[in-house]
Amino acid sequence: MSAPVALAKRWAPEIALVVILLILPLVLPYIDGTYDIANRILDWGLFGLGFDLLFGFTGLLSFGQAAFYGAGGFVAAYILVAPFTNNAVVALIGGTVAASIFGVIIGYLSLRRTGIYFAMLTLAFGEMFFFLDISPLARWTGGENGVAGVPEPHLGFGIFSIDINDPGGLYWLLVVVFVLGFWLARRIVASPFGAVLRAIRENGARVAAVGHDVPKYKLTVFVIAAAYAGLAGGLLGLLQGYMPPDAFYLDTSGQLVVQTIIGGAGTLIGPLVGATVWLYLYTLLQNIAGIGAWWKMILGVIFVVLVTVFRRGLCGGTLLLWRRPVARPALEPVAETAVGEQARVAAEPRRSTQRPPPTGPIVLATRNLSKRYGGLTAVDDVSFELREGEIRAVIGPNGAGKSTFFNMLANVIPPSSGTIEFKGRNITGLGATMVCQRGISKSFQINQIFPSLTVRENLRIAVLARAYGKFHPAMLRAVDRDATVNAGIDAAAASVQLAKRLDTPAVELAYGEKRRLEIGLALATRPQILLLDEPTAGMSPVERADTVRLLRSIASGVTIVIVEHDMDVVFGLADRITVLFNGRKIAEDVPDAIQANPDVRAAYLGSQAAHEPA
Amino acid sequence: MISWPLFFSQVFNGLTLGALLVLVAMGLTIIFGTLGVVNFAHGALYAVGAYAGFVTYEYTGSFVAAMAAGAIFLLVVGVVIERGLIRLYYQRPPEDQILVTFGITIVLVEAIRAIFGGLARNIPAPSWAAGIVNLRVTLYPTYRIDVLAIVGASLVLLYFVLYRTRLGLIVRAGIEDQLMVNILGINVTRTFLTVFGLGAMAAGFAGVINAPIVTVTPDMGADILVQSFVVVVIGGVGSFWGAVVGGLIAGEILSLTAMIQPAYSQVMLFAVMALVLILRPQGLFGVEGRQ
Repeated sequence: MSAPVALAKRWAPEIALVVILLILPLVLPYIDGTYDIANRILDWGLFGLGFDLLFGFTGLLSFGQAAFYGAGGFVAAYILVAPFTNNAVVALIGGTVAASIFGVIIGYLSLRRTGIYFAMLTLAFGEMFFFLDISPLARWTGGENGVAGVPEPHLGFGIFSIDINDPGGLYWLLVVVFVLGFWLARRIVASPFGAVLRAIRENGARVAAVGHDVPKYKLTVFVIAAAYAGLAGGLLGLLQGYMPPDAFYLDTSGQLVVQTIIGGAGTLIGPLVGATVWLYLYTLLQNIAGIGAWWKMILGVIFVVLVTVFRRGLCGGTLLLWRRPVARPALEPVAETAVGEQARVAAEPRRSTQRPPPTGPIVLATRNLSKRYGGLTAVDDVSFELREGEIRAVIGPNGAGKSTFFNMLANVIPPSSGTIEFKGRNITGLGATMVCQRGISKSFQINQIFPSLTVRENLRIAVLARAYGKFHPAMLRAVDRDATVNAGIDAAAASVQLAKRLDTPAVELAYGEKRRLEIGLALATRPQILLLDEPTAGMSPVERADTVRLLRSIASGVTIVIVEHDMDVVFGLADRITVLFNGRKIAEDVPDAIQANPDVRAAYLGSQAAHEPA
Repeated sequence: MISWPLFFSQVFNGLTLGALLVLVAMGLTIIFGTLGVVNFAHGALYAVGAYAGFVTYEYTGSFVAAMAAGAIFLLVVGVVIERGLIRLYYQRPPEDQILVTFGITIVLVEAIRAIFGGLARNIPAPSWAAGIVNLRVTLYPTYRIDVLAIVGASLVLLYFVLYRTRLGLIVRAGIEDQLMVNILGINVTRTFLTVFGLGAMAAGFAGVINAPIVTVTPDMGADILVQSFVVVVIGGVGSFWGAVVGGLIAGEILSLTAMIQPAYSQVMLFAVMALVLILRPQGLFGVEGRQ
């Protein structure tokens, strides 16, 4: 592909958008359109760009966007009417900044609860702004009358200033702002920051576990959405020459949600398309006798049907049809498992006879670690030391406290007492995200991958946490052109044998491959200590043998703690084995010694002597 | 200057409003706790109930008939909505559930608007509850005291259903651990249907009994929905006593602030919610860690 073609492809959405918006004024008279309608649609589209970043990409459904639309609008209008300045650009910036500040406050409060609470809280805080607007702040906002007499926009300074005084002029102003906003939103989506947002939508807990500060990412995108809303609100006042209090209505937030769903969430252009449908349906149905009063109900029915059976909306659906003809080549089985592997692995000599246990410095240690749930002591006073380069297995019968112990190591749950030290520094209570940033990474017993992202995108999230730290507002650089990150992805994919699957969506992988991706996610953060929670759970014997070899190849340079039920795996891998029973550590030694240990046998097989009270 | 009679009158107003909020929020919180669905259509169901009561009252002139109609009609509406739509959503992400119930709100509210127009309607207080009672501390409308009694009785009934029946046991178990209830082989779909129907019924009933106090408009559900969200956030989701205490707190905040500084009454409610979120994010009666 030649350079100009590649460039054109990269910019295709922007180019198409600009062309359509340039042609639109010529077409308007033939489609019963006016500049006024086009301006409103563009304003809603701009409002929706921020909302789509928040909802379509990050999965945060806010019903309170009206708060920022209104706040931006009223601050901008007040600046011009007071008047502090006659410059519309200054007023718009003022409105946007004000909306962003409110975004920080409301976002901080609303994001304290996740999931369904978030929708309820944003709705409630949105209403709070409405009530603030109509009464306590009525001196400035005009209460239910709004702010009248917003002057026609005056842009620029001195001899470079322009006055816009007709709808056509406003149209071009909106086109410029919208195209810039669209370009920025597309950059954000394609940036490292945007990659993390999409992963948060898929599985926020895992994003946190690989070392990203998820709350901070959420708050940042919330503020970005508020800023877009504030800018669109400011423009609304300029468009109408009047800032109406309905900007704050619950209906405004609702209309934004409906338009985004109709047009297609997660497409950026969807809200603009949705706004077009809304405003055209309104004008169209309004004029049909007998239907006029029902227009919004019809829209509601369309909305319910779309949500139920066509959740992608118009743009999402079109994109799907567009891409479908390019059928993905069928997954050819990747021959990474040789025939007769099982027999060969079974015949392989055990690790413990191969090398002596490492004697390097202690990297991870627990001191008197306990976890109590009410009267039950799940982990009881366990002290444990791990040396650099070691592979340590933690075993024990069901209910021995392995998972609890493991989750405390990874800082997923806090201990009731005792401490955890990593390279001599206390890491107790740091939280999974910080612990991962320090260099301890965990793979989960039940796959925690990002199903609709490709293998490459999955691994990228983990690599980014290492490359950019727990939070980085890198919004303008293209994530797929970051050579360091790409090298990290390739290395991680190669180490878990998924190099040939890089562009396959994770959901389409075979079970064993998903399991390897799960391990790959932990590995891609380039941990110093890798915690593996039953890595071979649910695998077939062949897959299990594969995984053992895979782990052995990883083990050079990484210290590993592994919880596992399969004793072939444990004895095939571990340098030392720690045995937990009823929450206590009953043995710790090299595999051969563990095998010969009578206490361990008693714990597993159950001996009379071990259970009878003294 | 605030006089004592005015103060007590506002305290009682707060109780009445709070009791209604308890009734509405209770439906919301039980539906969420059992089905895992946040019913954004709850306010619309409340409005539909009020209109059902209004129509019945217009035809029969009986307030009791209106109350019964509001409750029964909404039970039917609830059942139809659950069977027709909500049940398609149990396996879908929470955002989709919110979206569809929000869509149902649009359809219901706009249907009301198209049929009855946007003008405010009114159901007069029943003749048996006309007049004013001297409570010594203040004079107070009889109807509002009756509302307190009616809501109180409904809550006692609901408490009985939730804590003394098999259905209630399943619902409470479902609030604790939905998956486990499924595994135990209990017919959850039928329970879901009953719970959604009952929740809708409570909302519709509340719509009718509140109609003589407020006016009946297509949008009357919006405020009550937002306020019951606040109640649920303050009280903690899935908790019976959380809804009761949260509802009464919300009612008193709205009413007492209105006495001192009317402009701030709604704002105050949200400020208290924000405070609860900062100090005790899981709500007063909520359990830590539950979604």
